[in-house]
Amino acid sequence: MGLALLAERVGRTTLNGVAEIGYAASLFGESLYWLVMGWRRHQPVRADAVIAQMMDVGIHAIPIVAVMAGTIGIMLAIQGIYTLRTFGAETRVVAGVALSVTREFAPLITGILVAGRSGSALAARLGSMRINQELDVLKVMGISPVRFLVVPVLIAGVVMMPALTFLADLTALGMAGVYVGFDLGMSFHAYVDQTINILRVSDILHGLVKSGIFAVLITLIGVANGSSVEGGAEGVGRATTRAVVQAISAIIVVDMIFVFAMTRQ
Amino acid sequence: MTILAEEKQGVTIVSLSGEIDLQTSPEVRKSLLTHLEQGKDLIVDMHAVGYIDSSGVASLVEAYQTARQEGLRFSLAQVGQGAMRVLQLARLDRVFTIHATVDDGLESLKPAGG
Amino acid sequence: MTFIASREQHAMPSDEAASGRVKAIEVTDLVTHYGTRRILDGISLDIHEGEIMVIMGGSGSGKSTLLNHLLGLLRPTSGTVRMLGRDINRIKPMELHALRRKIGVAFQGGALFSSMTVGENIMLPLREHARLDENTMRIMARMKLEVVGLANFENMKPSELSGGMIKRAALARAVVMDPAILFCDEPSAGLDPVVASAVDDLILRLRDATGMTVVIVTHELESAFKIADRICVLDKGEILTVGTVAEVRDSPNGRIQNLLNRRTEEALIDPDEYLRRLTSDLL
Repeated sequence: MGLALLAERVGRTTLNGVAEIGYAASLFGESLYWLVMGWRRHQPVRADAVIAQMMDVGIHAIPIVAVMAGTIGIMLAIQGIYTLRTFGAETRVVAGVALSVTREFAPLITGILVAGRSGSALAARLGSMRINQELDVLKVMGISPVRFLVVPVLIAGVVMMPALTFLADLTALGMAGVYVGFDLGMSFHAYVDQTINILRVSDILHGLVKSGIFAVLITLIGVANGSSVEGGAEGVGRATTRAVVQAISAIIVVDMIFVFAMTRQ
Repeated sequence: MTILAEEKQGVTIVSLSGEIDLQTSPEVRKSLLTHLEQGKDLIVDMHAVGYIDSSGVASLVEAYQTARQEGLRFSLAQVGQGAMRVLQLARLDRVFTIHATVDDGLESLKPAGG
Repeated sequence: MTFIASREQHAMPSDEAASGRVKAIEVTDLVTHYGTRRILDGISLDIHEGEIMVIMGGSGSGKSTLLNHLLGLLRPTSGTVRMLGRDINRIKPMELHALRRKIGVAFQGGALFSSMTVGENIMLPLREHARLDENTMRIMARMKLEVVGLANFENMKPSELSGGMIKRAALARAVVMDPAILFCDEPSAGLDPVVASAVDDLILRLRDATGMTVVIVTHELESAFKIADRICVLDKGEILTVGTVAEVRDSPNGRIQNLLNRRTEEALIDPDEYLRRLTSDLL
């Protein structure tokens, strides 16, 4: 009996999970549809909404992204030097930091910060709109909530996330350089030269493309959780938490899959 | 919807007919504002208007205010029942000068007109 | 029990409505479920052009669900909803989109967009659906605000308004496109009697001026009796009756009288049974 119940629960959870992924996929499809077809149907995605979202998702996130990326840069330099010292190869830290920051840490920390800031805000905003029947109003007015609310966030995310990630690249590498100079006595000029020598454009692109994918994940997960809120203000709180946890998990898992696909050739 | 304009005794008479709705009201607005640029008093003949919605009324309101700012006189004539109800709902029947016929309108403009 | 409303209209205020008895909305045999629970059980109801139909019922009667089906926000298990002659669950998305421009909805809580001013809220349908000059839209919005008695509130945010004001602003937004059908969900609920009565008067004035069809969902008796041309009484997912105010008020049907007198069926229950429920498992 207990086993049957467990099987049922596993089955139901799996089914719900598949349904949610399906919903997110259809949401993405609908967003692309409105992005392209909105103009033709005289219902374009509004530029002012996109700009407002860009400010929110991107510009306002600059301070925290810069501070966190700088911190990570220093941390990587410390750990790198500590690890490489066992081989007496401290100066190789420059290569380690350069590759790990651009390929992994900058997009990852940016993704996590944006998930925490904007993913949660998106879920909360849509959740409270659903509870106040504002989403119903849009539908009965013949205004697609996807076009009106989702697409601007999606565009803003896909544009601003790589921009933030590039900013994170620069600050993390810069702060790592400062620490390397302080610890190993390497001049900042030499550090920059070495870093530029090591990095290929593809390394930086690898990180930027990933961050664009993270933006899509954060948006879809935020929307899916927010627009299915039930149970009043408490429900909004639950959906917000779920959105952040799911978004960060999705970022990490997709990151791994992406790296696996792109690196093993 | 059609818009016809003629001039009588130095007054522009714009005759509207048909349905004035979200599709056609921009045309009405543009026509009224263009005619007002000529600097003549204006009467809108409404007798053939089958239906007018709030965007049509809003266009009349804007034209009226523009006329007043230019020191011109602007009135409506032969407003049908349906249109009158829409005006009354927003109490605009107390704002517009409304004449029973176009000739009444011309008559009332005469003493000061010219 | 199903009751198909087809009786003669009386005292229609506008002549357009009396001439035809054209159906604005036609619900046929609507059955709906929430999960496995049946919410509406074979609802059939005709709403004529130009009339004010009040759908009444207590909480759990299914009236909100019925409204959501009329608006096409939910899909029924079976049955059809035809609005202005079109089956809203079977038409193409583009046609449904066009149809939706002809309806206005004032939701219970107003559902104004909190990030926009009152004026922007009212102009939103115009911005999205019409290609009007900015001045025209502003004048239209202000006209509607005048009608609902909210002149000069254009630049306020919804959070700065009282409950009654929000309902009136929502009404202004609902009618800004001059809809053929206006839906109101509990227009006077939660308002003090004076304000509630003013909102009712407002709905009457709007209908009389524009000849639009009005569908109101409410549990407020006074309001229903005041503005309805016909009342549809809903209980436990079924229509108990559809008729004029007088017909409903004088109905011999015990369940209707119970609803009108706000007696619930639980109040009529056997005292022994009630006592047993309260003390079962304890003594």
